This record gives sequence, structure tokens and C-alpha cells, in this order.
Amino acid sequence: MEIVRPQNRRNLLSSSNEAVSAPTIPLYRSAPPLEVRLEDFESFAIDRLRVLKGISDGMSRGKKAEEMENLVKDLWKVNMRHQEATQVLNKDIISHFVLRLVYCRTEDLRKWFLSMETALFRYRFRLLNAEAQRTVMEEFDLPYRAVSNVEFESIKEKLGQVARSMGQPSPTADAIFYKVPFEEVPELVAGRRVFINQGYAYVAMNQIVSLVATQFRSQLSKALILTNRKWTSSIREQEKHRLTPIVEALSSSYLGPDYSQSREYADISLKDIDQVAKSSFPLCMRHLFDKLKEDHHLKHGGRMQLGLFLKGVGLNLDDALAFWRSEFSKKVGLEKFEKQYAYNIRHNYGKEGKRTDYTPYSCQKIISSTPGAGDHHGCPYRHFSEENLRAALSGMGVNSQAMEDVMDKVRNRHYQLACTLTFEALHGMPCDAGINHPNQYFSDSQKILKPKKDSSA
Amino acid sequence: MIPQQEPDFNLNHLKLYYGKLFPFADLVRWVSYGNDGKHPGCDQSYIGRREFSFTLENDIYLRFQSFHNALELENSIKEKTPVKIDIGPVYTVDPAKRNAYAQSGDNNVFAPVERELIFDIDMSDYDDVRYCCSGADVCLVCWPLMTIAIKVIDTALRDDFGFKHILWVYSGRRGVHCWVCDGKARRLTNEQRGAIADYFRVYKGNENSHKKVSLMGAALHPFLATSYTNVLKNYFEKNLLTGQNLLATEERYEKILDMIPDESIASELRGRWQDSRRSSSAKEDINVVRWEQCKQLLQSGKHKAQGLRRCIEEIVFCFTYPRLDMEVSKHMNHLLKAPFCVHPKTGRVCVPIDPKRCEEFDPTTVPTLSQLIEELNYEGSRADADGESNRTSLGNAITLFRSSFLQPLLKACKEEIENSYNLKLQQSKNSLGW
Repeated sequence: MEIVRPQNRRNLLSSSNEAVSAPTIPLYRSAPPLEVRLEDFESFAIDRLRVLKGISDGMSRGKKAEEMENLVKDLWKVNMRHQEATQVLNKDIISHFVLRLVYCRTEDLRKWFLSMETALFRYRFRLLNAEAQRTVMEEFDLPYRAVSNVEFESIKEKLGQVARSMGQPSPTADAIFYKVPFEEVPELVAGRRVFINQGYAYVAMNQIVSLVATQFRSQLSKALILTNRKWTSSIREQEKHRLTPIVEALSSSYLGPDYSQSREYADISLKDIDQVAKSSFPLCMRHLFDKLKEDHHLKHGGRMQLGLFLKGVGLNLDDALAFWRSEFSKKVGLEKFEKQYAYNIRHNYGKEGKRTDYTPYSCQKIISSTPGAGDHHGCPYRHFSEENLRAALSGMGVNSQAMEDVMDKVRNRHYQLACTLTFEALHGMPCDAGINHPNQYFSDSQKILKPKKDSSA
Repeated sequence: MIPQQEPDFNLNHLKLYYGKLFPFADLVRWVSYGNDGKHPGCDQSYIGRREFSFTLENDIYLRFQSFHNALELENSIKEKTPVKIDIGPVYTVDPAKRNAYAQSGDNNVFAPVERELIFDIDMSDYDDVRYCCSGADVCLVCWPLMTIAIKVIDTALRDDFGFKHILWVYSGRRGVHCWVCDGKARRLTNEQRGAIADYFRVYKGNENSHKKVSLMGAALHPFLATSYTNVLKNYFEKNLLTGQNLLATEERYEKILDMIPDESIASELRGRWQDSRRSSSAKEDINVVRWEQCKQLLQSGKHKAQGLRRCIEEIVFCFTYPRLDMEVSKHMNHLLKAPFCVHPKTGRVCVPIDPKRCEEFDPTTVPTLSQLIEELNYEGSRADADGESNRTSLGNAITLFRSSFLQPLLKACKEEIENSYNLKLQQSKNSLGW
């Protein structure tokens, strides 16, 4: 891909007629031999980012597959059109490659981009007709054959069991199944949505999307690593005055703050923590905090979710160690704490192991977690039963009118909106931006509560 | 109950154990996966890239230890006398030298590349479904929960996922560990490991939400159906129901009634059970009687409505189905205690368990450190220094490790190494033969 300056206006991509209405999805295998105007470079990328951001929001609200499908369809229609029909495909390809550059640069950026692009690919694939789907499959060149009639007959009963376990009718004799190594379809394995025998998963035609999405993901994952190498070894320096500033601005403008460096570092100290927990912790953290005080213990998921949150809130390492020690030592004893748990806390602060400074969890991450028996992490709006959620909310002081509004959002799976309404009910102030991050909840709350205190003092 | 305090777990005994009994050679042959051979296809760097980590007596934790052969490992362990030995993943480079590589700038150099697929099942995760003991304690009444776990997971690993080289080990106190060692299993990505762990997961939610097990749909997935009919149902009805007295008292049966979504059925059963103390005959076990009533009511024709259909199964799953520590299985870089370690709290050796005969395994008769030392002293007086472990009760455990796990594994590894070497040879020949 070659980027040309704005003044260098030429007729771009003359021989594009065959690509006008490609019925399929590009696989972005290699950068296209196109020339791109600098302003398109940026504006195409921003348009695609709007799509990816929309997908990310949809997923964090826990939208179902069909809802996501419609969402992606709309997002794509609104953001990715182009006044020249011939340019639609080019815009798709160019924007992808620009964002690849933007999001190749750190592990976190790569991870986000990889999941959003894969989700985009998945839903676009689902929207294709059967013939177009087969074309995409052929392009991947997958070495899998459809299951023969004889084999189908021998496992028909099991395939029927799987289908019925998902509330679908049993497959008929003309149904097509592919027999693939189970490693190729992890999400179907994880959801027990396939019959697995002797290492092979039997994938129904309407599940093929999982197979191609996994392929897409693994190819993109490898490509991102290569792009990163190219970026650090040459592009960043070569493009110091032209693309690099754009690339660097693009990622930060849309990801939102990650709260990894608390601006008010050491703003909160150990003696205030009980009071602050009551006034300014979102329910997910309040619950963990209360459980920790009650049980003097939290399992791994809870320690991570609360520990990183507290770091983001501004608890320094020494205070964090003191905090966890004072609780855990009541249950497991001082010695075991120092041996088993202190390492992890230092690890979270980047003082042990890889020495990565871990970032606090966002709402999206918390909502998509899967707490099990004995766990207390996760998003209460999503993971609590209605009864327990009501009890927890009234414990926080949410009144009955606001409670119904919150429960209404919960029923529609708008967990972050439910949290936002809770915030508004407790603070008596609107929260227009909505809650996207527990640390944002905290800092917004402090912003409201702190000035009051100062003026009364 | 297993006594919590083994009075003579001491470092001198442990030293003697490492000196005379611990099967270093077997352990290293295992984690070398055939790469310690002379075949030109062997990867000589393989064993040296494996992380071991030691916990010393004063809670000093030594991570990223690496060794090039059994002798190096043996010398280091004899010198340091760790109270616990953990095995980590195989990395891209020698983990002991990771810092040197980290300085080269590219931070992707030091990363795990291979790791057995592992499972950790811990009795303390079953505290809400066992009444005999809790926390770190186990006894013969609750141990069947572990037997069930081994049967269910082992069968699925073999039949569904096609794995063959699976090692089950007693964790020394309250649970079991599982090591899946097939080449394919060792090279799974974290995502694929997570998928397998999730395949085994039926518990949704926790004490903050309602249901512990939720089985939807008009049928059970074949894996769950097979587990239910072949293992869970029998163990529930023939063993745990009466062993744990699951329906004997009001507090206990209320827990099960709580899981019935239809309030009228639950209260009908409650009514019957509150009165039944007077009318019940002494002949039949009260738990069995009540369970039959529960089944009869829930599965009778008029109640076959949606939601109730799976209720009996849900109750059985809740009280029997294996509870895995998911995080251990999902990530390559998780450490797991090596077999044949001695648990410092119980003094018991982490011996292998034969999955084919796991119902015979008795955690209360696993050899302890002091018992082994005693046997050693006794045998020592006979002045026969050859193969000391064979003369102690550890001998059976080591024989089992070799015959049922190590030998078939190494045979498969040898074939794999030869095949991939021949393939490579073939390819290079083809590229030359114009």
C-alpha cells in the first residue's frame, strides 16, 4: 500500500470494475497495491474504528448473536459506504490495513483489534448467502471433507442429541457435516455445540462460521505480530513526520483511558478505604470489598478484579500489601499470605515476574467473565440473581423507584446502563457519559463528592 | 479422616527420601518425551527449556530452575531439599537464562511453547455438597467425589478428545491432579485449553445467583448424557445419597427442594417429608425413600413440563459432577506439583492413580514419608542396596507409573520423533531431486 500526499491527486485504482460488487468478504491476506490519499488514510480508519467500537459496545452489553448481526449490519452500512460504488471494497481493505498498523503496537491493542475484527468478520460472514459463504470457505483452502453418508448414519443419533440440546431439530439425512480436529473450533467445543469423538468435532454447515472465524483470527494474529516487527524496525522511523503521528493518535483517541496510572496516585490511603468503598465503589467492587471483609478471603478472579481496581484508584503497593495482608492473615495466617498471595500483589504492580504493570479491568472484561462456585468477581448486574441484586442495591441505598429502572435495564441486558442508573440514583447527578469502567465510576463519584466536602470544611 | 499433622515430616526424612527413593530418572524420562535419546530427530535442548520450581522450607520460592538431565535435577534437589517441586511449561529458551534474552529487546522471545494439559480438582470446592468434612479434610465418605471426577474426565479425554497418555496423581491431601501428555495436548494454545475446560463446565453462577447447574434444551449433550448414565446417576443413588445422608434432615432436603422450580411440587414433598418421621418403616433408608418420592413426582406424566424435565438430572449433577479449577487448565504457564512429591502437611506421597481402577484408590492408605523411612531402615538392615524403592510400599506406585503411563508414552514419543524426522528427510530429498 502506498500513501500519497493530498496534493498528489490522481485517479486512484483505475481497474476496479471487477471488484465493484464483490459478493464476498476480503480476507486481507496482503496489503493491496493501491495508492491512498493521506486524508483517506485517516478518515477511512476512523470510519472503521466507529464500526469496531460499536461492536465492542454491543458485546459488552451482552447482546445475543442475532442482535449483533443486526448491529453489525447497521454499523457497516452507516460508516463504511463510499459515494463511489467502486471504492467500497477499497475502503474496506485500506481501513483494515491502516488499523492493523495502529493496533499492532502493543499486546493490549492487538488483543482488542483481533477480537473486534474477528467479530466483524464473523457477523459479515453470517450475513452472506450460502453460495458466498462457500466461496469464502474455498478461499481459506480448508482441507476438510464433508462426512460421508455411511459415517453420518453411524453417528446420527449423537448429532441429533447435540442439536436437541441446543433447541434445534435433529439433522436430516441431507445435512452436511464437516469432520475437523476439535482444536480448530474452540468456541464450538467450549459451548458443547458439537459432537466430539476421538479428537474430531462434527461441525454442521450452519456452524461453519466458527471454523472460518477461527482461521481468520489465527491468520490475523500472526499478521499483527509481523506488522508490529515492521513497525518497530522501520515504518515508525521512516514515517516519523507523516504517518506515525496519525497512527499514534488513532489508537488513543478511541480506546478511552485505561486507568493504569492513577492520576491521583496515593490520593487514597488505607484509613479512608472503608469510607470511600461505601461512597464511591461501583457495586461489583463494593461486593468484592464486603466479601473480603466478611470471609477474609477472595478467590483468584476476585483478587485480580478488586486488586487492580484499587491500584487504579490510587492505592500504592505498600498500602495494597497492608490491606490484603490485614484481611487474609485473619483466615490463612500471615505466613501463608506472604508465601502465596504477596507475590501476586507485587506482580499486579509490575514488581515481579514479567514486570508488566497490569491495567484495571474494564466493564466489558468484567461482564464477559464467568465466575464459578465460590467466586465473587464479575458484574453483579449480569451475574447475580434478581433477588440477590435487589438486596445488594437496597443495601447500597438505591430507592425503590430507581431500583425498578435498574432492573428494567438488567432484564434487557444493558448492564452498564443499569450501573449508570445506580450511579445516578446514589449521587443525585446525571452521568451522561455512562459507566464504561469501574475506575471511571470511582473517579466520577469522587469528583461529585469531593468538592462538597471541601466547601463544608 | 486423614490425620492433619504427620508428626515426623521433617527435613532429614525428606533428605533420605530424595536420596534413596525419589524416582528422578523416571520423572526426567517422562518430561523429556523421547528427546533424551540418540535419534538424530531428538531435540537436545528440549529438557533444558522446561521450568521446574522449588519451594524451600522457609517459604523461599525458587522459580525458573532448569536442568539438562536427570543427574543435574537430582543433585539440585538433594542439595536444596525442596518441600515442594513444581513443573512448569517448556519455554522458547532456557528459563534460567530468560533475563539475558529479555535484554535483547524483542519481548516475545521468552514464552511458553509446550505444556501438558492439566486439571486440578480439589475437594474443598465441594464443601456445599458434602457433610462429612470440609475444607482441606477428606475421608472415605467424600472421596467418591474424586473417583467420579476421574471417571468422567478420563473417559471424555480419551473417547471425546482422543487423548491416550493421561496421568492421574493424588495431590497428597485433598484432591487429584491430571496430566494429559499427548503431543497434541502439549501444544494446545491457551484458547484451546480454555475450550476444553469449558466443555467440562456445567456449573454456572455461584452463591450470588440461583442455580448451580443449569441443563437446558430438549436433550443432554452426548458427553453429559454418557457421564450421567454411566457414572453420575449410579454414584449418586448407590453411594452419595446414603453416604452423605443427602435427604436425612430438614436442612439438607431443603437444599434439594430449593432446586425444584415448581413451588407446588416442592411443598408437596416438604409436606410428606415433615410427616414421614412417624410413618417411615425402619427397613428402608430414609434418603432412598425420599429420593424415590422426589423422582416419582418430578418424572410422573403430568409434570413433564418444560423446566422440570431436567430437574432430577440437575440435582444429580449438582451433587456429583466434577468441579475443576478452571484457571489451572486454561493457561500454559500454570505450575503444577510434580508426582512423587511429599505433601508437607500430611506426609503423604503424591502417587499415581490408575484411572481404570480408581474406585479402589484409598487416600488413607497412601504411603507416608515416615512409613517409607521406617521400611527403608528395616530393609537397610538386610544390606541390599539395589532398587530400594522396590522394597518399600512406594514400589507399587513406581511400577504403576512406569507400566501404565511412562512406557506407552515413550513408545509413542519415539514413533513421533522418527516419523517427523523421516518426513523432514523426505522433504529435503524432494527439494534436491530435480
